[in-house]
Amino acid sequence: MSAILETPVRAFESVSGAGAGEMLELAIGPHHPSTHGVFRMDVVLDGERVRRLKPVFGYLHRNHEKIAEGQSYLSSMPYTDRLDYFCSLTNNWAYALTVEKLAGLQVPERAEYIRVITAELTRVQNHLCLIGFLLQDMGASGTPLMYAFREREKILDLFESLTGARMMCNYMRFGGCRVDLPTGWMEEAQQVVQGLARFLDEFEALLTGNEILMARTQHIGVLSSAAAVNAGVTGPMLRASGVNYDVRKVDRYGVYDRFDFRIPLGDHGDTYDRYLIRVLEMRESLKILRVALRDLPEGPVMDPKARLRGFRPKAGEAYGRIEAPKGELGFHLISDGSPNPFRYRVRPPSLMNLTVLEEMCMGRMLADVVVILGSVDIVLGEVDR
Amino acid sequence: MSLLGGGILKGMFETARNFFGSYVSAQRLTTVPYPEERIPAKANARQFPFLVYDGDDSQAGLRCVACQICEKECPPKCISIIKSRDKRQDYKGQSQFYPATFDIDISVCMSCQICAEVCPFEAIKMDVEYELSTPDRFGGLWLHKAQLARSSRYYRQIHPQAAADSDGFMAAESSKARARVGASAAPVGLAPQPRHAE
Repeated sequence: MSAILETPVRAFESVSGAGAGEMLELAIGPHHPSTHGVFRMDVVLDGERVRRLKPVFGYLHRNHEKIAEGQSYLSSMPYTDRLDYFCSLTNNWAYALTVEKLAGLQVPERAEYIRVITAELTRVQNHLCLIGFLLQDMGASGTPLMYAFREREKILDLFESLTGARMMCNYMRFGGCRVDLPTGWMEEAQQVVQGLARFLDEFEALLTGNEILMARTQHIGVLSSAAAVNAGVTGPMLRASGVNYDVRKVDRYGVYDRFDFRIPLGDHGDTYDRYLIRVLEMRESLKILRVALRDLPEGPVMDPKARLRGFRPKAGEAYGRIEAPKGELGFHLISDGSPNPFRYRVRPPSLMNLTVLEEMCMGRMLADVVVILGSVDIVLGEVDR
Repeated sequence: MSLLGGGILKGMFETARNFFGSYVSAQRLTTVPYPEERIPAKANARQFPFLVYDGDDSQAGLRCVACQICEKECPPKCISIIKSRDKRQDYKGQSQFYPATFDIDISVCMSCQICAEVCPFEAIKMDVEYELSTPDRFGGLWLHKAQLARSSRYYRQIHPQAAADSDGFMAAESSKARARVGASAAPVGLAPQPRHAE
């Protein structure tokens, strides 16, 4: 993609009379800590005000989709971990769900509950990290991020004892989950969930009422609900703009219809709402977790019809989607009856959410761009694939 | 907002509570001073694959029959196997090939354990060893079967639960094989090849 901005920058109206037309082109990134990875923004500035912004991505392109078409269905599972590397378990789930649709596999009830538990824990740790990073971008260097990471550590420990890895979990399989819960895992998880509820109160006392946070985020990066819907934005960003859309409620995949939880909605669609929505979502996730850990049924965790070796779904296609922490994560698979998928496509939430960045940043100060980008919640592994 | 700066004061109070709390509460100070202290490996922990052998001879006792399923299924293709020309007896008393070479490039391996999952012979498992740094980034991370071999006793020690399941599966398989041999009264060497069953 060309780095040169093709339209003459003088076409934009200047705010101040003096020095009109004297604009500055600035490339933020790809090696800039505030861009959360290898991501570049070409910004046209009038003084400190943003007049144009062009996101440039592709620096972390790993050919994920094409690689997946050259190998068996199972072999792509560990690569889905690396899409959004904060939320490997939800990526696993989205892919497994799609293949299950394609092959017509039934997931046992216990496995569905384990999937909900792991996905909600993933959501909590993703949102915790996001808030930490957002505050880091805002200049609160360290404290909120370290508190968030301290709590995330406990969730990662749970993941490690269940799946064997902290981040690249590679846990779900077509037709269930790879292994059952180890002994003592439930009690540990219950303790962590209890601790998280306490921690969220502390975290909110630290942040929600903080005047500096409010001044930096309120009425900044406003995204109207119409713009969000038109751009295909999903997840907490869409809900912060006041659109009631959550795939957990819309599709009711897995066993989400058995849990009573609410969808928090924002009023203003600004950065503060996006922060607050995530805090509220974590509280709802903890509610789901408490019920799921209480009601977890006994039974097998794999569909007995599922085959690990020689897996060849019949020809057809399927689109599966889940509510990943960042938004709607979808996989589109086309099978031609061979052991490899004929077409494998990922619908990443971060990429779609990033497309409205210019709209949110337009006319804001340069320092706000970093904060607005932080509130979008991107992971470049998923944006570039 | 009742008092400007009230939110900041409240936040400062939380920071102070966390700071002083870290001296008394393990919940607030989770740092482990590695390498003086180590966290014990978790139940399902996995790092890199190893080859399991039974008995005392690390090469003759290898369970691997060079079926090359792991080589094919490995997502980053870091396993390289060359099948032997001759055959030898496996644990079921059947005549099988064995790996003449079995190499894993652990600089490419991504610890996904798909090899261990797809193996029908319980021959490749995941180790928990993680201190593997070496000054030689090519040869030092390209492991041959002599370096990859670990005894089944070691496997039972690091993953007791999974090893018990694995032993049970192998006992069942070998009694099935013996029953088949007994029924057909065929010589051991001509027993049917194990199907690479699902």
